[in-house]
Amino acid sequence: MNVRLRNPSRTVQIQGGRSVAKLLNELGLNRETVLVIRNGTLVPGDGFLEDCDEVELRPVISGGAA
Amino acid sequence: MKCRVCRGPAIIDVRRHNANFCVEHFIEQCERQVTKAIDAFSMIAPGERVLVAVSGGKDSLALWDLLHRLGHHAEGLYLGLGIGEYSDESGVYARDFAAARGLVLHEVDLRRDYGYDVPRAAAATRRVPCSACGLSKRHLFDEVARQGNFDVVATGHNLDDEAAVLFGNVLRWQTEYLARQMPVLPAGNGFPRKVKPLVRLSEREMAAYCIVTGIDYQVEECPMAAGNSHLGYKEALNSIEERSPGTKHDFYFGFLDRAAEAFREGLAQDAAALSSCRDCGAPTPSDRCAFCRLVERSGGRLPEHDGHDPATATGTPVILGRRERP
Repeated sequence: MNVRLRNPSRTVQIQGGRSVAKLLNELGLNRETVLVIRNGTLVPGDGFLEDCDEVELRPVISGGAA
Repeated sequence: MKCRVCRGPAIIDVRRHNANFCVEHFIEQCERQVTKAIDAFSMIAPGERVLVAVSGGKDSLALWDLLHRLGHHAEGLYLGLGIGEYSDESGVYARDFAAARGLVLHEVDLRRDYGYDVPRAAAATRRVPCSACGLSKRHLFDEVARQGNFDVVATGHNLDDEAAVLFGNVLRWQTEYLARQMPVLPAGNGFPRKVKPLVRLSEREMAAYCIVTGIDYQVEECPMAAGNSHLGYKEALNSIEERSPGTKHDFYFGFLDRAAEAFREGLAQDAAALSSCRDCGAPTPSDRCAFCRLVERSGGRLPEHDGHDPATATGTPVILGRRERP
């Protein structure tokens, strides 16, 4: 599957379907800090991503303190 | 994963509530949490005029959307900070949001209206850009609220923001900041009331809210904020939250319930010592406010004093050159 990452914006290819939890774990991402989006729709933590999916891992952290 | 309310397919899990929600009931949950915060802390009374500080990011646009849905009279204020393409794009998101909903967006542009921008101010003061940015925002939110006769300024600070700020203030025992870290700062001494209606919602929930409601927002991080200590505090808290959901909520609301009161005495003393800035008339503890000093050091144009008295807040409204959209 194609996985789009942000900050900086880039796309990585992951071979084979897998659960959301497993994908985040493999990429070393904290589930509190990203949302998983497939075709514009949120995928929950127990969701399964197919090999043909286009996936975005969108960070939710913003840095402004003021 | 099923929605806690309707048992339909869930789109998000909110682990600190041990709950999952479908789109419809997640939106309801966000509305409920904002209503609960507004009621619990007496943030906004019925009929009051609210000025929402809008950056073009997820939190401020979600806040504006939620206040509008909940029936509040909320107008937006966007500040052009002059941070290259980032600011240009952020302004587009804010304007498009307002135009699509027929909402009023006020704008102040630092470069156009005051002759400086955040990168220039950071270089002139030799401090981190977030310092000049925050100072400019705080001053101009107050100023536009005063000129526009708004009752309250609402900002998009969420639970993660407040927990991270609290974490940083506790690490350094910044007692004067701890005294001010409340979801509501009451009006007085020339300052409008300031409220944070998103304190019961996390950053992740705000991003999810934007996605499920179709709000297009600036996803990219501010290039000037990269690596700041605030982000480091968030990272540390998220590591704990991942292992122990609810920690951020307990940390922040535990502070409000059991510790905040102890720091308030210092806040009252500070307020009593304020006078009027000799250049712009804003309330300040010295003869010139920090904003005017910043503008001068950055080579910008000082604002004109319109003769208002911050103690009575009865000046004649003036226009800063801001544009309004219907």
